Amino acid sequence: MARWQGQLIKIDDYRWKIPESYKTGMRVPGLIYASKEMLESICGEQTPEQVANVAFLPGIVGYSFAMPDIHWGYGFPIGGVAAMDIKNGVISPGGVGYDINCGVRLLRTSLSEAEVRPRINELINALFHNVPSGLGSEGKIKVSQKEMNQLMVEGARWAVKRGLGSEEDLDVTEEGGCLSGADPSKISDKAAKRGMPQAGTLGSGNHFLEIQVVKEIFDSHTASIMGITEIGQILVLIHTGSRGFGHQVCTDHLRVMEGAVSKYGIKLPDRQLACAPIESSEGQDYLGAMACAANYAWANRQCIAHWVRESFSKIFGKSPEKLGMRQVYDVAHNIAKIEEHTIDGHKLKVCVHRKGATRAFPAGHKDTPTCYKEVGQPVLVPGDMGRCSFIAAGTQKAMTETFGSTCHGAGRMLSRGAARRSMQGRDVIRELENRGITIKTGSLPSLAEEASQAYKDVTEVIDVVHHAGISRKVAMAIPMGVIKG
Amino acid sequence: MLFLYNGFRGMKKAFEVIDHTADVGIIAYGTDIEELFSNAALALFSLITEPESVERKFHLDLEVSSEDIDSLLIEWLNELIYLFDVKHILFNHFDIKSLTHNGLKATCYGEDFDPMKHKIKAGVKAATYHMLKLDKSDDGYKAQVILDI
Repeated sequence: MARWQGQLIKIDDYRWKIPESYKTGMRVPGLIYASKEMLESICGEQTPEQVANVAFLPGIVGYSFAMPDIHWGYGFPIGGVAAMDIKNGVISPGGVGYDINCGVRLLRTSLSEAEVRPRINELINALFHNVPSGLGSEGKIKVSQKEMNQLMVEGARWAVKRGLGSEEDLDVTEEGGCLSGADPSKISDKAAKRGMPQAGTLGSGNHFLEIQVVKEIFDSHTASIMGITEIGQILVLIHTGSRGFGHQVCTDHLRVMEGAVSKYGIKLPDRQLACAPIESSEGQDYLGAMACAANYAWANRQCIAHWVRESFSKIFGKSPEKLGMRQVYDVAHNIAKIEEHTIDGHKLKVCVHRKGATRAFPAGHKDTPTCYKEVGQPVLVPGDMGRCSFIAAGTQKAMTETFGSTCHGAGRMLSRGAARRSMQGRDVIRELENRGITIKTGSLPSLAEEASQAYKDVTEVIDVVHHAGISRKVAMAIPMGVIKG
Repeated sequence: MLFLYNGFRGMKKAFEVIDHTADVGIIAYGTDIEELFSNAALALFSLITEPESVERKFHLDLEVSSEDIDSLLIEWLNELIYLFDVKHILFNHFDIKSLTHNGLKATCYGEDFDPMKHKIKAGVKAATYHMLKLDKSDDGYKAQVILDI
């Protein structure tokens, strides 16, 4: 693919601006968070062009942002953040993504590496058995149409009500695991049919469940408030979203938006940016449907977390409580939210699109959970399966600069095909085992597609957001056992 | 370009699979628009499994409608993705009965997915409008579609 040759203005070592003058039609400038080295690979594709294209959308406020893990997506780049004034702005399903509320949940334990390593195979097998994963995986919970309607409205609480988890889990889940405004009447029959059998499944692709070991603590005070107290402590990270349900919701509403674009006379540089005014019926319908899918994803991660606890309990012969298996946090990284932000001293209600970006609210914010009021909302940044993941915290600077947003992960660098070819003839499982990582997967080809080489180094990503001040690095963990769908 | 596939219609190229950073794309060819739609569907199933491993055990009549020919192609592929995701049906032959700019009628031949028989290569979750191109030239029709996997 052709290299991007557009204009970038250096603001400082971590901020690069695409001026409004770059393309006629841009309403605001673009702002890319990256180091000079990362910028090289970012401009290797047409990704910055997508940042500029998002700046065309009506009602966009401030900047069209790109986080350092940015890569080429559909219409919107992955790693993009865009806030639209709810009065005159638009909502775009492409700014949320197909996997609505794809996100990450982190559990901590009081177990140490020394206790878990000798039993890692047993544990991974128990998890593989207990958590449905892989392509077309169907859940062990049967969800009727009536239950599906409740699940879409209640989110994670739906699972907690069924004994899968506790109230405390909801306290440390973004939005309490339930986005308001969910409207099941905006869900097609097709979407519901895709969703019902897949509730409580990990899925395939880049989704995973990982047993991790804390390797480094950068801020011991913040880490201890998150319950992360020791090097060698075992954590569990769950990465999944709304499965086929979210995809169908996105597909259905993109089609509606196609019509809305001409109906409202919106000029777009890319068809995949299809959108509708937030206050229009098309916009409101999508928001109601998107909330259903977001809630489905929270219920999904809630069920999986419960089965993770059960699996640990079975292997170690102690209750999850005795094993200290409490939830650190759960974040969405594909979502649009109506939030109030202060712009130039004025309070403004905006619809913040975070596509491959994480909310990063600071200490003291009303939506930061009580237990984290002093340190800021935990930000969970998974890396690829061979390297490491980070735990960070939200900052006031994120609030004033990026609508309280930061990066979401490593960010793809190689296409799936290129990753597969680069791994040809190599034994991915053996290579990981040599590095102390046990892996179990339902699909070998997709494993090669997710190899480390395919991703940017998450360490570089986190360093940029840390130095730019839009998050604070708290701790780092490395994988010990992985289940890939 | 990953590979060329000659399909079931002799030596003429039916489709190609192309790389895309986040996902994967297909370029389908057809001497006429019906063949283009049929080859695009075949390309889709070649991403999911080995089309040769699929037997034509039953057929299903499908009807898809849309606003224009571009979105009709996306709707058609999304309908097939839906049938695989929900009903676990693999197809490898498509008889396009009628096709206008707003609607399509087709008979699709295939069988139920059998994990013992069909190797699953990737889970395709949606056909997107991203970089969508449908062109007609002297040689016939050509369409590019990026798929979310």
